[in-house]
Amino acid sequence: MTVRSRMALSLMAGLLTGLMVAAPVHAADPIKIGVLLPQSGVFGGLGKDQTLALEMGFDDFGREIGGRPIELIPADTESKPGPGLAQVKKLILKDKVDVIVGIISSAVAGAVRDYVHNSETPLIISNAGNNALTGELCSPWILRASFSNSQINRGMGPYLAAQGYKNAFLMAFDYAAGHQMMDAFRKGFEGAGGTIVGEEYPPLGETKDFGPYLAKAKAANPDVIYVFFAGGPAIKFVKEYAAFGLKGDIQLAGAGWLHSALYINKQGADAEGILGILNYYPSIDNAENQVFQAKFQEAHGRPASEFGVAAYDSARLIVEGLNGTGGDTGDKKALVDAMHQVTFNGPRGPFRIDMQTNNVVQNIYISRVESQGDSVAAVVQEVLPNVQDPPNGCEL
Amino acid sequence: MLLEPQFLIIQTLNGLQLSALLFLLAVGLSVVFGMMNFINLAHGTLYMLGAYLAVSVVAHFDSFWMALALAPLGVAAVGAIFYLVLLRRLQSAGPMRQVLVTFGLIFVGFDAVRMIWGRLPYSVPVPDLLSGSVTVLGEIYPAYRLFIIALGVAVMLLLTIGLERTRLGAIVRAGVDDREMVAALGINIEATFFIVFCLGCYLAGLAGVVSAPVFSVFPGMDMSVLILALIVVVLGGPGSLRGAAIGSLVIGMADTYGQVVIPEYARVTIYALMGVILLFKPSGLFPVSRAHG
Repeated sequence: MTVRSRMALSLMAGLLTGLMVAAPVHAADPIKIGVLLPQSGVFGGLGKDQTLALEMGFDDFGREIGGRPIELIPADTESKPGPGLAQVKKLILKDKVDVIVGIISSAVAGAVRDYVHNSETPLIISNAGNNALTGELCSPWILRASFSNSQINRGMGPYLAAQGYKNAFLMAFDYAAGHQMMDAFRKGFEGAGGTIVGEEYPPLGETKDFGPYLAKAKAANPDVIYVFFAGGPAIKFVKEYAAFGLKGDIQLAGAGWLHSALYINKQGADAEGILGILNYYPSIDNAENQVFQAKFQEAHGRPASEFGVAAYDSARLIVEGLNGTGGDTGDKKALVDAMHQVTFNGPRGPFRIDMQTNNVVQNIYISRVESQGDSVAAVVQEVLPNVQDPPNGCEL
Repeated sequence: MLLEPQFLIIQTLNGLQLSALLFLLAVGLSVVFGMMNFINLAHGTLYMLGAYLAVSVVAHFDSFWMALALAPLGVAAVGAIFYLVLLRRLQSAGPMRQVLVTFGLIFVGFDAVRMIWGRLPYSVPVPDLLSGSVTVLGEIYPAYRLFIIALGVAVMLLLTIGLERTRLGAIVRAGVDDREMVAALGINIEATFFIVFCLGCYLAGLAGVVSAPVFSVFPGMDMSVLILALIVVVLGGPGSLRGAAIGSLVIGMADTYGQVVIPEYARVTIYALMGVILLFKPSGLFPVSRAHG
């Protein structure tokens, strides 16, 4: 062979090899999932908690579907609506994600709702509880795997009434979530024959000294004080409730974040006796939860919280929806339809998405905080099975 | 419901607690203003710094009492540095410049604490010794808040004795009255100013430490308290210890009761109250009479 023809032969061989190597890469196109969670700001801690649980969920249920690997693309909302919207646009326009999962803050959810709806990108909400998101602002593209504010609180009223509590005093910060939670409780309690004897809504933001508000609540002489507080204010409220002598005097009840697993041990004995209502407690007694808690505890050294389980279930919802389409993300509507068909028993109990509102249908648990040795924990007293929101203005 | 003794007792105690905090904050501001004719708007920043230093001391030594001892000293030191470097030059400048510079210091302080401690709120736990409750007139009340009230009263007594019985106190009183004369008598009025200023900073830091377990510690926590403290100073009469005490009592009670009795109008009530009192007593409730302007 001549030098030239040998060169031509090796050149062609190289080109052919190159083409062959390139070809399989094209076939294993990753499924891109945008993770819209804060890593900083007010909800940074919760965002990190959910990120860990989300990763665990994909590890457990599938990192590859139909030959396509799942690629998680993080997007930090900084717990603020402005950056949240900017990140959503980046995920959809630049990263071209197939699905978005996340959102802790209802303010961020409100800011991105229209853009997500118009772009027809499936969004799985892993926390934000504002009623409107599966109510008058619902969208065929937005599914919520966590809870709605009214779904959590509705059931406590009838329970307290049945226990013999006749009048209640309400307290929550003066913002949308606070009012939605109290309104849902009020409807249930008054419907069961109870009376609301007063309510106080301290301004959100400047963390308040609860002293004056506790004095007013006490003066109203209620049978039970029902509240919604979460995070730092919840720790403070419970401790001040005890310090002002209300603990043995007037029953305290509230949405379960009042004594969340994340900080119940900071409240310690002050939290004993509190009645809470929430969609998840670490003490729930089913096989899936025991496995879930053991795994999370081993991986991260602490019990999984209600935020973690919502992220875990969101991952499962996405994976099982993708299984339904065989990994095909071309037809977004088919993917959402597949997610509508997903039902499973998870750590929270039974899970499915309600086709009328796109909100999760789940058990709601009523608990009482009890001391267990030298720590405290919420122990389930009653299960409200398969709680489903009424359409609430949603037209899908 | 609102006139029940149970409600009145607890709410009055809450008001006294706020009054005690305001007093600690206002007295430094008032004496510095009255004596040196110097408006220090960054006084609230010192309060905030006291709270943040308490957070760090507690994180390091796990003791609230250490924080109580050390943090106010730290704040006094910071105040001293600011005085020597910056504020001393402003003494002769008019109130406009003083307001502008110290107002700017508020922003500097805000960003400084944000950079050093981050923007998430901190909480300081109530010390174990004071974490119980005490029965007052038949009502259960947190022991820690009674401690705050007791501290406020103790500081007021100490300051009164200091003003009336010590030489330094006499100089301060004379200085508020007529500082040129005091200087003319050969007394080092500058050194006295410096000591008084540092003491004011110390008290602001003390207020910060003591309020940390009750309120949260976050950037900007100084603003609402600063405004109330300024109102107390104006209301009570600048330079007057008694004015600061009575003013704190009035404003502390008005704010506490206002929050729960008429929440929408609580702040307006305080400003209205201030307006009405100033209408009748323009120099404040207990003005210190001056020999010269």
